[in-house]
Amino acid sequence: MAITPNPYKTTGLLGWIDDRFPLTKLWKDHLSEYYAPKNFNFWYFFGSLALLVLVNQLLTGIWLVMHYKPDAAKAWDSVEYIMRDVPWGNVLRYLHSTGASAFFIVVYLHMFRGILYGSHRKPRELIWLFGCLIFLCLMAEAFCGYVLPWGNMSYWGAQVIINLFGTIPVVGHDLVIWIQGDYIPSDATLNRLFSLHVIALPFVLVGLVVAHLIALHEVGSNNPDGVEIKKHKDPQTGIPLDGIPFHPYYTVKDLVGVGVFLIIFLGIVFFAPDGGGYFLEKPNFTPANALSTPPHITPAWYFGSFYAMLRATPSFAGTQIWGVLVMFGAVILLFLLPWLDRSPVKSIRYKGPIFKVALALFAVSFVLLNYYGMQPPSVVGKLVSQICTILYYLFFLAMPFYSRIDKTKPVPERVTYAH
Amino acid sequence: MRTKYSFRALLAAALLLLAGPALAEGEVLPYPFKADPDNIASVQRGARNFMNYCSGCHSMRNLRYNRIGSDLGISDELLKAKLMFTTDKVSDHIVSAMPEEAKAWFGKQPPDLTVETRYRGADWVYNYLLTFYVDPKRPLGTNNLVLPNASMPDVLWELQGLQVLKEGGGDEHAEGGHDEHEGPQFELATKGTMSPDEYRDFVADTTNFMVYAAEPGRAMRISVGIKVILFLLLFTVLAYLTKREFWKDVH
Repeated sequence: MAITPNPYKTTGLLGWIDDRFPLTKLWKDHLSEYYAPKNFNFWYFFGSLALLVLVNQLLTGIWLVMHYKPDAAKAWDSVEYIMRDVPWGNVLRYLHSTGASAFFIVVYLHMFRGILYGSHRKPRELIWLFGCLIFLCLMAEAFCGYVLPWGNMSYWGAQVIINLFGTIPVVGHDLVIWIQGDYIPSDATLNRLFSLHVIALPFVLVGLVVAHLIALHEVGSNNPDGVEIKKHKDPQTGIPLDGIPFHPYYTVKDLVGVGVFLIIFLGIVFFAPDGGGYFLEKPNFTPANALSTPPHITPAWYFGSFYAMLRATPSFAGTQIWGVLVMFGAVILLFLLPWLDRSPVKSIRYKGPIFKVALALFAVSFVLLNYYGMQPPSVVGKLVSQICTILYYLFFLAMPFYSRIDKTKPVPERVTYAH
Repeated sequence: MRTKYSFRALLAAALLLLAGPALAEGEVLPYPFKADPDNIASVQRGARNFMNYCSGCHSMRNLRYNRIGSDLGISDELLKAKLMFTTDKVSDHIVSAMPEEAKAWFGKQPPDLTVETRYRGADWVYNYLLTFYVDPKRPLGTNNLVLPNASMPDVLWELQGLQVLKEGGGDEHAEGGHDEHEGPQFELATKGTMSPDEYRDFVADTTNFMVYAAEPGRAMRISVGIKVILFLLLFTVLAYLTKREFWKDVH
């Protein structure tokens, strides 16, 4: 019963495992011999930070579920029970609630980095697509989680979001009842959102993250110069000249990022867990009440942009579905980005003035939309939201044209790295 | 250079978001108030006030008596003797004696107040308890400035006295503002058993207790948080030095 010895010539326990499972291979392929460009800057911290926040959400979530009751009559009190009677329960809950907001901050910055340096361009289209799916999944996950404390904002937020499906012609009304399992959000709704939040969506999310990383490690990381480090390899070793092993170089560098991030993140968790009323909203400190609507129903801050687009779109032809389409369209456009960008260069460093202006307008629009999405409806807010929605759309839809005619600068052969 | 610009853009975006709450506050409260749940003596007095004047009608159904005891240094005997009126089990939650029919009496059940200060804000609660005034148009004869047409009667009138709202009141800067509690617009018609200053302290204590009750774990998270941040500062410095050491051979 001889077996083929593993090529790494490991011995002992590790050798025994390597003969049967690619442990050393995995370690080398993904860490110690995964060669990443050496010129990563500030923007490159957010990928590993997103992974850190994901792990935080999974672990704190496991412990929260040990004490939470997915029951419309008990959910509210069980959250307060966690806050008061469960040892460290308040810290667990704040880690999870602040983690949700941190997840979006980190993911938004991570996505923006991709757009800055063309990380979605060939051959990384699939990495980007998996990333967009992660974002979509994350939005669904966050919405379901937001409903679980069964506060009044949870309740009315659920009402508003589920009723978006009601705008679909013909089947909309029945679809809403089918999704809710009732005529209004109720115990049945809470139970199914709980199931999605703790089982279905995390399962999909983790799977997508694994796919995102497998795709990344297959083609290799992009970098702020948008040049391929694999074009210039050491002829003897075959290692990219501008590449350095992810471990230990980026593991130690990312640890610094983790330290700075945790100081900010845990600073909020321990000293300002309400996040100024944005991470935990005041109206959600009163139990769900189907008879009492909060004065302004606003979604969690991280949905502000999309909610602003929904409100900015007028209804016509007797239906409000246009707003829903505009909102979902804004997410769908992200998926198309790799094929909309026709610029000969990837990174903003070598792109021309048109792209820089377009990106700045896009970023400002997104922030303004987010801001007005959280405010009560106003005339100014609606007008600004409408303009910003158009700018958001134009950034993507006009990209095939402006990215082609834009003046670009010559791209260097190797990455620029000042020691 | 480039990174610097992006930092600045990020900062600008963050500031814009922070401007949100400031702009969103439409409601103006006449009496400024900053809660101080770290003042244990005040919170203790507030607990006494709440149990004697509020808990007859309002529950704090998520708070246990002995949690108050252990957090505020009150013995079980003292809890039972001075603060517990509806039960003699110290591990019980604070549940009022209000029967179902209360809905018919007031139009609604008196709300549970466990997390009221996180829902309305401590300053709101403080102002609410200071701004009851005589209004013959209301069924119970009183109204409230920050919660117009409140269904709660002015249960503290014996302490505060009865005040009337002056015509054209509302501008707190109208009559010289020397008193830091300059407020507004109210005139004491019937004196209470407390002086206005005593009553304000009474309300401040009660509000401080409610802030404590809304989050009994607050003191713990802050003391743990300080240690955590100190550790992280050290960790980050060490991580940075390690990074610098490793990266010396990257050229």
